[in-house]
Amino acid sequence: MSYSAPRGKENITPHPYGTNTQMHKLMGFPFTMFCKGCGYGSIAQAICRVFKEENLQEELFPFIVNIGCYSSMPTVLPGKTFMTLHGRGIAVATGVKMANPKLKPISIHGDGDLLSIGTNHFLHGARRNVDMIVILLNNNIYGMTGGQLAPTTPMGSKTSTTPYRYGEEPIDAVELAKVSGATYIARWNTSTIRDFMKSFKKALHHKGFSFIEIVSQCPTQFGHKNNLPKALDGFNFIKNNSIRINKAKDMSPEELKGKYIIGEHLDIDRPTLWDRKSQIIEKLKD
Amino acid sequence: MVKPKFMEGPLKGNFASAYAAMDADVDVITAYPITPQTTVVEKLSELVGEEEFINRQNVEYVRMESEHSVGAGLVGASYAGARTFTATAGQGLLYMTEMVHWMTGARLPPVVAIQTRGITGPGWNIWADYGDILSLRDSGIMIQFIASHQEIYDSIIQGFNITEHPDVMLPLFPAYGGFVLSHTAKPVKRIPWEEAQKFVRPKTQEWPHVWVDGERPIMSNALIMPQSFYTEFRIKIHEAQMKALPIIKDTMAEFEKSFGRGYGNGLVVPYKCDDAEVLLIGYGGNALQAEDAVDKAREQGYKAGALRLRTYRPFPKEDLLYYIKKIPYVAVMERALAFGSPTGGAISTDIMAICQRDPKARNANIVPFIGGLGGRDVFLDEQIDQIKILYELKEKGEVPDRKYKMWDTFWTGLITGDKKVEVENQEYFGDI
Repeated sequence: MSYSAPRGKENITPHPYGTNTQMHKLMGFPFTMFCKGCGYGSIAQAICRVFKEENLQEELFPFIVNIGCYSSMPTVLPGKTFMTLHGRGIAVATGVKMANPKLKPISIHGDGDLLSIGTNHFLHGARRNVDMIVILLNNNIYGMTGGQLAPTTPMGSKTSTTPYRYGEEPIDAVELAKVSGATYIARWNTSTIRDFMKSFKKALHHKGFSFIEIVSQCPTQFGHKNNLPKALDGFNFIKNNSIRINKAKDMSPEELKGKYIIGEHLDIDRPTLWDRKSQIIEKLKD
Repeated sequence: MVKPKFMEGPLKGNFASAYAAMDADVDVITAYPITPQTTVVEKLSELVGEEEFINRQNVEYVRMESEHSVGAGLVGASYAGARTFTATAGQGLLYMTEMVHWMTGARLPPVVAIQTRGITGPGWNIWADYGDILSLRDSGIMIQFIASHQEIYDSIIQGFNITEHPDVMLPLFPAYGGFVLSHTAKPVKRIPWEEAQKFVRPKTQEWPHVWVDGERPIMSNALIMPQSFYTEFRIKIHEAQMKALPIIKDTMAEFEKSFGRGYGNGLVVPYKCDDAEVLLIGYGGNALQAEDAVDKAREQGYKAGALRLRTYRPFPKEDLLYYIKKIPYVAVMERALAFGSPTGGAISTDIMAICQRDPKARNANIVPFIGGLGGRDVFLDEQIDQIKILYELKEKGEVPDRKYKMWDTFWTGLITGDKKVEVENQEYFGDI
């Protein structure tokens, strides 16, 4: 089998940030396998930009990629990637961090795996304050397996397992991260990519468990079934339903129901798992 | 009475599973999506609210947060006396394993349809490979291999009659190839509701040994010391497996009498075995294709027969020995690997073991074949070649050599260097 650029795209000059991707290094051209209008491509590009702007040494920031729509993101991501089982990314990253404390693993998750099958790892990773970054790509649905009800799906949405719009109360991942003990928490959406980049840069230099949620549109699985068939419909739906955190402070819980509160939710310092261990070792030596 | 939307016609294998569960009158379905099972639980979520079913059945459907929870949900619902069903595949089944062992240990009777898929090894694989279900062969569950769309429907309908039998009380896992059967459509005939209810075992309010009941508080699954009955409980599971063999046969005979179609005796399905000189044993879709290979080989003068292993646990020892004694040149074709076992395959090892214990079958020649792993196609030519290998063995008295023979096992479809990766087989596609 020989690899070549997708048909019709042989002579296109790659995007300046595209040259930073793993796919470009391996095969000489960058491409993504995301659906038309998906927000994940722009998120991946933002991550590439940050890596280039910060001049990061790729070996020190391995990506742990789980199972979901974003599983094809390693083709676009700049660093080294490990694929793991559905939802186990944070546990794997904890292992990576323990084996080599110089590394700062970046675990990429979807709403289906972080908030459903792998929630316990999320709670305990944050509780231990493992020095790592968790990026939650929230498209409100199980995209890859065909659009089933996810733990973040808004109440009353139509999905392939709720054809009669029978809903369950969605989880707020930011609140969950707060109570679990994460030390840096932010939420952005696909219309605030620059803010996401700032947050991601901050998380790279932050010591402790950083959690960034980014809400994305999904025209193929979510939008198609919920009257938001075009990419811009979903994009605007999320944009109009998002409220900056400083505005949200003055609003009542009723007004905030079903809204995404975007912004930096928390930025504190707390000893990490590795710090505590070294303290105890020092103490025992004395 | 509402006219059903679907009674007869082309239907995807996964949809056949969903309809069968509804027609068997299940009470509780727990679900979690995994490729290639997704369409079963999607269809079920649709059916539970459809006009035909909503008036006569009360089915609870919950989409859980992981396969482990799905298994736990089934255990809980079964304890409370409900008839339960789910479907899963590959990694999902492996994640559910802990609860599967509990189902057998607690003697609960769910039916779980498995759309087999390759296990994560070097990278991800979602295509047909029976490695997932065969990794659970020693857990005490009953395993059946399904080969056609109609059989998926029929096996699930029959399933509850077997699992809920007071002498059995073990879960049944009917398995069929992911995508090969799950996402293709073939004609399927549903059984009308009244007739299905006449066939399906009437629901009992309580299981013979344990149930959740406020009037009769009990504690089950507590600690057992080595001196108390742990060994005896485990032997009871084995005893139930042995007792299930005639029950599976009886259920199939009753089904055949009621609806006019059957699959062998429920344990094995013979094809042209009466005058055969060599025998191909297989399971799943490949075994159905072996029947075509037998026909083609007979045109070329090779007198072959095929035997489809339909029930693997409990192991149909007597039925297999009956054919092996008659035809001592046997190829066992498997679509899963048991790493480090004597032949590389679980089923060929089992067949060799039963032959060893029978004085008349001791000299039979069992030749193991493994192929089609991770969804790789097994072609008709390759199966005809298996028959030719058996004939060479019969004439010369020793197993012939091939480039794809390693550690005394033939690895069908192996890329050996001189073989092209892209196989074009006009005959194979012509038959479909």
